[in-house]
Amino acid sequence: MANKISDETIEYVGILAKLELSCEEKENAKSDMEKMLDYIDTLNELDTAGIKPMSHVFPVNNVFREDIVRDGDGSADALANAPLAKDQGFKVPKTIG
Amino acid sequence: MDICSMTALELGKRIRQRELSAVEAAEACLARIEAVEPVINGFVTIDAEGALARAREVQKGIDDGIFTGPLAGVPVAVKDNLCTKGVLTTCGSKMLGNFRPTFSAEAVRNLEKAGAVVIGKTNMDEFAMGSTTETSYYGATKNPWDPGHVPGGSSGGSCAAVAANECPFALGSDTGGSIRQPSSFCGVIGIKPTYGTVSRYGLVAYGSSLDQVGPVARSVSDCAAVLEAIASHDKKDSTSIRREDDDFTGALVDEVKGMRIGIPKDYFGEGLDREVKDQILHAVNVLEEKGALVEEFDLSLVQYAIPAYYVIASAEASSNLSRFDGVKYGYRAENYDGLHNMYKMTRSEGFGAEVKRRIMLGSFVLSSGYYDAYYLKALRTKALIKRAFDSAFARFDIIVAPAAPTTAPELGKSLIDPLKMYLGDIYTVSVNLAGLPGITVPVGQDAKGLPVGMQLIGDCFAENKIIRAAYAFEQTRKYEAPGLCSDRIDAAAGESFDREGGR
Repeated sequence: MANKISDETIEYVGILAKLELSCEEKENAKSDMEKMLDYIDTLNELDTAGIKPMSHVFPVNNVFREDIVRDGDGSADALANAPLAKDQGFKVPKTIG
Repeated sequence: MDICSMTALELGKRIRQRELSAVEAAEACLARIEAVEPVINGFVTIDAEGALARAREVQKGIDDGIFTGPLAGVPVAVKDNLCTKGVLTTCGSKMLGNFRPTFSAEAVRNLEKAGAVVIGKTNMDEFAMGSTTETSYYGATKNPWDPGHVPGGSSGGSCAAVAANECPFALGSDTGGSIRQPSSFCGVIGIKPTYGTVSRYGLVAYGSSLDQVGPVARSVSDCAAVLEAIASHDKKDSTSIRREDDDFTGALVDEVKGMRIGIPKDYFGEGLDREVKDQILHAVNVLEEKGALVEEFDLSLVQYAIPAYYVIASAEASSNLSRFDGVKYGYRAENYDGLHNMYKMTRSEGFGAEVKRRIMLGSFVLSSGYYDAYYLKALRTKALIKRAFDSAFARFDIIVAPAAPTTAPELGKSLIDPLKMYLGDIYTVSVNLAGLPGITVPVGQDAKGLPVGMQLIGDCFAENKIIRAAYAFEQTRKYEAPGLCSDRIDAAAGESFDREGGR
């Protein structure tokens, strides 16, 4: 077990992932992540010096198109699945105090 | 012949010849679904009403000469991570338990243009994260060959539904083997096309650089015909590719003479179940007898595919799933304190354990200080894996591999040790990393009577070669339905009937 995940790291990951974790979940997450990272560390056996990271197999280019107005989702459609909506907008808790 | 056991093309032909109507076909599938679903649980949503209305509309279209293609009037089941307008699309998650998309995925639209009739949405591992369909919020799907075993995953619902004759074909998605592995476990045929062949528009993203939509069916011909229907260049998906060579049914030729087949030694060594290995090598012999040139070779880097895959897929998942925050669609927590806490509570209550695990891993490997060591390292490994395949395909037309190291595991045995479950993806994930096409065809059964599938892998855009080889093999071995298990299903259906007090 080379990797050790600290309480602070799990706390930080929880913030990044926007997850509220119970104590039990945190402990499990720590040991799961340690095991996974130990396994992932086998990649260090590979010499990848000078190899360019490949995000897509084929070249991915910006796809340009003319800026033409289309009938996209109307507001009724866009709001159809909103947990809460008000006045043609998504209703959320107060954002600025 | 029973409508439910017909292939999609047979059914389509009879509908075109007016021996059957689209409505009768839909009704037959719905009746079969009603009979076996208490045991199989392959569907999250069965849209009986919508399917019958659509079947009537399609029949009219057939009568009026609007729908003339091979899939007109044929029922199809769609994996629940493909958006279907007005029909629940849950991704197997509580998070999307109430989500009714206002549009349909491009692949679904293409099928609808071909006159297919969507009868329901199939069960899957939550957000396609899993290899057994046990991480679904809507209960595990059972393997039609033995309901005590998993169907594989994540497209387990699609593959089980096709194997159990609930529908002649289905759509699945494959990020790390999610079509090919459950096809193997359920004894059906499934294709993961070259990345970019089928539009991902309307496919709820898991690992965007790896995800592909593909067909599942009971014959190679069906798969080729369905792929032909769903493949399209789509401006709404910037990774969609315009392909001129989309005549996949043209590859249905019983001829492999001179075809160079590579057998990666590293795929047939330690960790591969003896019976699976024997069945696949037997199938390779069959192809060799038909004139294929078979040779072993070292693919190399095999052991690095899974760690690279889980870094990349989790990283992309952590980003893709950030959209589920309780604002625009899906679940919102009932109790929270302010906006930020609402996001957190919603996600903590809406996601299951496996999804959280991958989001956390993904967030970690992308975080400052670890990005280079993990994420970029994985992308460099991916480049090397792609290179290894490139040199293999300089020598071979296709590569033959298992789809999974074993046949379908028993229910409840896999989720205990996630890392061990991930290791089961050893033969499938590198195909996604390299963007290659792969097809699984059933080649036999193990001593327990569970299906064994063979995976044929092609170079990018070489679907035609793997389809041809799969078709040639299929000519030597008739499709076997879990027929012996139809008694078992009926018996189990009876049990469940008793248990649930007359469901």
